[in-house]
Amino acid sequence: MTALVLRELRLAATGGSALLPPIFFLLVATLFPFAVGPDAPALARTGGGALWMAALLAALLPVDRLVEPDRAAGVLDQLTIRGIGEESVALAKLAGHWLSFAPPLMLAALPAAALIKLPPPVLLRLELGLLAGTPGLAALSLIVAALTSGLRTTGTLAGLLMLPLAVPILIFGAGLIEPEADIGALKLLAAVSLLYVALAPFAVAAAIRAGRD
Amino acid sequence: MSLLALRGITCVRGGRRLFEGLDLTLEPGGAALVTGPNGAGKSSLIRLAAGLLPPVSGTVDRGVPAALADENLALDSRLPLLRALGFWAGLDGADPASAMTAMGLAPLAGVPVRMLSAGQRKRATLARVLASGAPLWLLDEPANGLDADGEARLEAAMAAHRAGGGAILAASHQSLPLPGAAGVKLG
Repeated sequence: MTALVLRELRLAATGGSALLPPIFFLLVATLFPFAVGPDAPALARTGGGALWMAALLAALLPVDRLVEPDRAAGVLDQLTIRGIGEESVALAKLAGHWLSFAPPLMLAALPAAALIKLPPPVLLRLELGLLAGTPGLAALSLIVAALTSGLRTTGTLAGLLMLPLAVPILIFGAGLIEPEADIGALKLLAAVSLLYVALAPFAVAAAIRAGRD
Repeated sequence: MSLLALRGITCVRGGRRLFEGLDLTLEPGGAALVTGPNGAGKSSLIRLAAGLLPPVSGTVDRGVPAALADENLALDSRLPLLRALGFWAGLDGADPASAMTAMGLAPLAGVPVRMLSAGQRKRATLARVLASGAPLWLLDEPANGLDADGEARLEAAMAAHRAGGGAILAASHQSLPLPGAAGVKLG
């Protein structure tokens, strides 16, 4: 299990794709003030929501490398023949994906918040929300990656499959950064995130088995 | 105790019935060679035995760990060969070095997997099976792309595996050096 998680981390690091989500996230934070204008109160009011949108879309970027290369190369078959269940493989992939995706994104949120002039309390709530929400986003990307592996045009389809499911994370995550938000929004966000994390190993394993022919 | 027992296996692929009622038992030291024309179901039979395909009817009993060599290399293309094989050997608790020597890959230990030629990739696939230490080998077209030296090494490895109590189920459209192997003709 540890070996599988380490392999996921190595693949993310050596492929360079671990850098894509935080770079994309920062790019949105850079472009947003150009679109909305440099008015600090307006930026601070809408910027948190924009950063959540960016996080959501950034989660889509690694979808095509999560499952498909391993399926095509026969790695998934080799793991199964060694008696490692598809559910364990999915869990290892989820852990590896979250570790390579969430911490860089949360780090990138610091300069991003500075770019759109988020006040420190809002930044703190954004980071808390990302901590609670990214496991759910990682789980959703993995499920969608497994469902679309073996298909040719995964990019658009992955977005269409994933974004509706990510709506609750977006609502509670953006709700958490409202000035009047209380701890309830964080609890709901964590609950939705946990639900997706709990579902992911079974959904991914079923998709891997169904994709085998 | 048999290493692999297939009983009354029926295989249907894409709505076509490839074979039905197939029985096959492999004892320690035994071997079976599956032959037949393209599309007869040779690879499907290998995947059935590996547990990667469920049979439409019949049972697959595999009491021991198996190692599979098919057309997929299953090695990380960016890694040097030794480390790529070492990932699987690590999962199997084995050492890839002797298997690489047996397949004549020792000089390529530091070469990235993506730089290997077709024949070298086949040798690497076989080295992965050798290093697994699994008593049952499932080989799909193991001699494809191998040169004369590679074929000799494959023959020696298969003979040593059977002498050590292992069993081999191989599928090929060409003849393989498996003395005394049971023949399974499909199609």
